Amino acid sequence: MGLKIIVLAKQVPDTRNVGPDAMTPEGTVNRAALPAVFNPEDLNALEQALRLKDANPGSTITMLTMGLPKATEVLREGLFRGADKGVLLTDRALGGADTLATSYSLAQAIKKIGDFDIIIGGRQAIDGDTAQVGPQVAEKLGLTQITYTEEILECTKEKIVARRHIDGGVETVEGPMPIVITVNGSAAPCRSRNIKLVMKYKNAKTQQEIDALEEEQKAFYAERPYLTITQWGAADIDADPNQIGKAGSPTNVKAVKSIVFKAKENKTLTASDADIEGLIVELIENNTIG
Amino acid sequence: MNNVFVYCELEGNKVAEVSQELLTKGRKLANTLGVQLEAVCVGAGLEGVEKQIIPYGVDKVHVFDAPGLFPYTSLPHTSAVVNLFKEELPQICLMGATVIGRDLGPRVSSALHSGLTADCTQLEIGEFDMNVKNEAGEMVKKHYENQLYQIRPAFGGSIIATIVNPEHRPQMATVREGVMKMEILDENYKGEVIRHDVDKYVPVTDYVVKVLDRHVEAAKNNLKGANIIVAGGYGVGSAEGFNLLFEFAKEIHAEVGASRAAVDAGWIDHDRQIGQTGVTVRPKVYIACGISGAIQHIAGMKEAGIIISINSDPNAPINQIADYIITGTIEEVLPKFIKYYKKNSK
Repeated sequence: MGLKIIVLAKQVPDTRNVGPDAMTPEGTVNRAALPAVFNPEDLNALEQALRLKDANPGSTITMLTMGLPKATEVLREGLFRGADKGVLLTDRALGGADTLATSYSLAQAIKKIGDFDIIIGGRQAIDGDTAQVGPQVAEKLGLTQITYTEEILECTKEKIVARRHIDGGVETVEGPMPIVITVNGSAAPCRSRNIKLVMKYKNAKTQQEIDALEEEQKAFYAERPYLTITQWGAADIDADPNQIGKAGSPTNVKAVKSIVFKAKENKTLTASDADIEGLIVELIENNTIG
Repeated sequence: MNNVFVYCELEGNKVAEVSQELLTKGRKLANTLGVQLEAVCVGAGLEGVEKQIIPYGVDKVHVFDAPGLFPYTSLPHTSAVVNLFKEELPQICLMGATVIGRDLGPRVSSALHSGLTADCTQLEIGEFDMNVKNEAGEMVKKHYENQLYQIRPAFGGSIIATIVNPEHRPQMATVREGVMKMEILDENYKGEVIRHDVDKYVPVTDYVVKVLDRHVEAAKNNLKGANIIVAGGYGVGSAEGFNLLFEFAKEIHAEVGASRAAVDAGWIDHDRQIGQTGVTVRPKVYIACGISGAIQHIAGMKEAGIIISINSDPNAPINQIADYIITGTIEEVLPKFIKYYKKNSK
């Protein structure tokens, strides 16, 4: 019996390597200066989904992402690794959303996708580190959740057993289906691209991208429906304008500043033996160490 | 009504330190606002739990005590907190940025449609002005008093953001263990204990997740209580590079910590990460080895007594807050530290 799996993925600026040009003079994030990557823990989530698909023939994986049109890249990446379908949720009206408005939008898109058994996403995204979207999507859909999952041990249409990280340890829990799972970075890494799937899906495009093509190329896509990535806007998911984007976000950014630390008076030393022995002797004599 | 609430996390009937730290902070916020501080305990076997709570200056302790409420599962705890908040209408709710707080907080905020800020490093009260639409549809400036400033490093630690939630209550924030200071206000503080009828707040249909097996161990390291910390960053270069740090740390009775960059690179365990999304530490001595000093790291160690920075880059941001700066590589400097420590210590 195949499972209907939805994987939530996000394209994020690679904040692991933030340089000095990452901020605009106005103090906003200069996304152009940072490479966009597949959020790392969403890749761990995709791997758990692919394992479910391997173990349950007939399963399908639908990848859902919300972001700029460019975020289609993570959907294609998912197809290259074994996902079956991609849905891009993109609309200016959805922009400026905090986690709550984002969760509402994703939950609306999931309702439109309709039939599903399990929703799997990364624990958190590296651009915000909040870990809020997974549980909030679950709440909006009226489902329970297993967060910080390290491995799905068992999963049927009725129940799931998973091992999860907790503070200072691990626990194994059993929950009902359907359910929302968030996957921790300590879970198995995602398998690499499958070369056959890369060949199959390398030309996958959103409807908007296809519409911009020449007639002849459009015919190519008409014959190959699997190459069309679904694209939805706010109207397609029947979104309440008061619950999306900036208007649907309870949190407001009051101020953003780059912190300048007040320089302390300090001693600068070299790596020479004399300097280091001097420091060690000083620290031992005043009982700082030893 | 409109009081400050802290969700107290429990392991059995022991209140987590992070919750006691938040009670201390919550008392200060309540004083500034001129309101009461209330605590929420959800668990099993909680007789007498208030003794670990009221001395922090807590006016009311709400206890939800039933066998199915420990170990923590998402739905029953969410219902207890959400339904209590619907009656009590708190203005502020604080939770630990722990696995439990980060599982529960988002569900509560979603159910109440209130704003939640994760991993705050400072909480203050202040004012806020925002442009809002009036009845005629014109944009006008609106002034808000007594807002909770939720302050956190953002975007990989490159900036510090102050977040407010002017139109929604409660204003919710999570804070990591060790960020706020824990201080008993008065051992004899007078607080009230309210034992709620759990079934009125938590529907039986909430008990859907079963904990089959659970292992909790005491922390493998004592970073939080360490007097001396030797911490490594990306400049350490490899997992093998950390062996040198462990060797030095053993020699001087220190703990080994790391920056996020070193943890992300897979060179060292995640539980040794120091910073906003790791542990916050206040050692006497902090020896930063090859750590550049992103704000998110500095947020977790800036209160160290003496900071020694070893870095091949003389302009590393961490040098700004260091007391001693040694310009050199780890491979060059640490062996000399070990050699001269052995030579000069008794």
